Amino acid sequence: MAASLYAADPPETMRQFEVEGLTLLYHRKSGLTHFLAPPAPQILAALSAGPASAAEIAARMGESFEIESEDPAAAIAARLAELEAAGLVWRT
Amino acid sequence: MRDARPLVRLLRDPAGAGQVKDWTSLVAVARAESLAGSLACRLEGLELPAPVEALLEAARRDGEAGRVQALWEAEMARRALAPLGVPIILLKGTAYAAAGLEAGRGRSIGDLDILVARPALPDVERALLAAGWEWVKEDSYDDQYYRRWMHELPPLIHRERDRMIDVHHAILPLTARPKPDMAAMIADRVALADGLFTLSPPDMIVHAAAHLFADGDMAGGLRNLWDIDRLLREFAEGDPGFWPALNERAARHGLLPAVGRAVRLAHHLYATPVNWCQAPISKSLISEATTPAKIGARHQLAAADLLYRRRLLARDGWGRARRPLIRLGFYVRSHWLRMPPLMLAKHLWVKARKPRR
Amino acid sequence: MNHVFRLQVGPVSFRIGSQWRRPVAQLRRLYEGYPEPEGVCDFTVRLEAERVWRRWLRPSVAIRGDYVLPDAAPLPLAQGLLAAEMGMNLQMALGQKRFLLLHAASVERDGRALLMTGHSGAGKSTLGALLGERGWRFMGDEFALLDLADGRLHPFPRAVSLKNESLGLFDGVDPARLGPVLTGTPKGRIRHLRPNGEAVARMGEPATPVLILFPRFGRDLEPTVREVGAAEAFMRLTQASTNYVALGESGFDALTRFVGALPCRAIDYADTAQAQALIDELWAKA
Repeated sequence: MAASLYAADPPETMRQFEVEGLTLLYHRKSGLTHFLAPPAPQILAALSAGPASAAEIAARMGESFEIESEDPAAAIAARLAELEAAGLVWRT
Repeated sequence: MRDARPLVRLLRDPAGAGQVKDWTSLVAVARAESLAGSLACRLEGLELPAPVEALLEAARRDGEAGRVQALWEAEMARRALAPLGVPIILLKGTAYAAAGLEAGRGRSIGDLDILVARPALPDVERALLAAGWEWVKEDSYDDQYYRRWMHELPPLIHRERDRMIDVHHAILPLTARPKPDMAAMIADRVALADGLFTLSPPDMIVHAAAHLFADGDMAGGLRNLWDIDRLLREFAEGDPGFWPALNERAARHGLLPAVGRAVRLAHHLYATPVNWCQAPISKSLISEATTPAKIGARHQLAAADLLYRRRLLARDGWGRARRPLIRLGFYVRSHWLRMPPLMLAKHLWVKARKPRR
Repeated sequence: MNHVFRLQVGPVSFRIGSQWRRPVAQLRRLYEGYPEPEGVCDFTVRLEAERVWRRWLRPSVAIRGDYVLPDAAPLPLAQGLLAAEMGMNLQMALGQKRFLLLHAASVERDGRALLMTGHSGAGKSTLGALLGERGWRFMGDEFALLDLADGRLHPFPRAVSLKNESLGLFDGVDPARLGPVLTGTPKGRIRHLRPNGEAVARMGEPATPVLILFPRFGRDLEPTVREVGAAEAFMRLTQASTNYVALGESGFDALTRFVGALPCRAIDYADTAQAQALIDELWAKA
């Protein structure tokens, strides 16, 4: 069974503002502002290279970001679900 | 300002902006009729006093923000419903904006309205509830009434985004007399780039006319008629087959009188160019017209049209709805159009009896 | 609308119509000295009878206008002035799109502005008005208007609505600046205070904001100052804004610039003397 591929809008469609380790994100397509905490912004950054499965996202992130969790795959899946509900990520 | 004619005139002919003396009243009327954004777009680029320009510029920006929000709601609905594989047809303002139509420019858009085939309703309902939408009203009387007789699900609102969605399966309530051919409307849909659909151009006009006359008490009528004017102009341009197609579809859906009236009123108020030989005409107008030259004369509205015209223009320079007796007449009439008289009496009585929250 | 009053407040103008003479007469007196708008008014407010007979029989004032709250309860005619004020607030809250609106009080000194925001009852209104009597220029107590292009604050010096307890703090003011006593209002016993001559004369002068305060009033609180991080400040300010979302990217830019550049402090105080001392101290460092 093929894993779902996640996708996000390209970085040019978003405005970001770093504040105290958090990211304020303005999503142009929706007009909504989101408050993101790591690893959410890093997940979006990983998806800027194109759609990817959760495992692939983890791999892309692994190169530049340490996921502090006992179960990194579960942590990423949970964040992906939140990002999907917020409309920042969708499954293709 | 005694009625909405100055607004209508300015929308029809923006060059008249230089002659406007009372901008405050004009803006009050425009806002009351949900036409401030459309007016601001019509007047864009004209030489106007600075405070007026600032006000209109803010209205244009607001219209643009509204458009972004409306299209986003459509996108989120698309994502929630995509797995079902059923066609989702956008209606009204969101459809105009999504299709890049002139009617969508500056238009204030409220809820998201979509049309799906009736058999798909239970699945659509389930998918929306799972994706974060919830019911607006818990009242069981309204719910029974809605589900049995209305053309849409009871209203849903998104938990996080606080925006409403109306899921239609027909364009008129089941208790109304005209019975539009919904299967034909869905079959003739037009695809948008993202996988959503709109109605075909003639069906869009039919829906707009039905919505204007048969569905509501005509609050917001000037705006709906403006939509129809913009749509007619854009669709008819360069398409000789448009007017005959509109005639054919209007007849097929049993909405020839409504469409005919909409065309006459749009022509009268907004000077919509009409191909009268091919336009939907009601019987009364045919009997009054003796020669082709008489049709299309500015004062040649059917007698009943005049009453609608009064209702449409009933807004004063303070933004107040005037002529309450006409308004009440239209409110009762709009319910009468939806239900047989006996049922109407019961419905209005129960509605009146329930304590106001 | 037999009785009409037009009012300019900072960069915003109102046309107020009323079916009764009294509220307009009271408005005219309360806003004596304010300029009359030239040309178009930004918003229309209507004070009208909910039902035809309510114009004369136990008259009650429905608050209407360009923007309305559908289920708003009408007020008795005796509170017509309050209805007009609420009507203006409603137009701003629902219809203002030229500036980012913050529910805040603001005062100015040497071209630099202090912004105070927080929940109702936090005391920002009273503090703003008091500072306006003590050497600061009063810019507004209900709404602060943030310019989307250059980040300056525009004055919006409407009459201040003072609740019973706070009135005592303004004993020395010229009685001509006070509106009628209104009892039994949704906020209890209140009186309106017209901003002083300087506030009115300079209502067209914006100022650069340099400090954001979140004041909190409580009779048993210890006077304290706490630093507020930009993230928390941003969150609280979006909650204090009625039009942030409607402004889209311009709103995001304006607000991120605002919190990114300015120090934010939360202060607790038990009386206005304490508040003033804390503010003086923070202002010296800003």
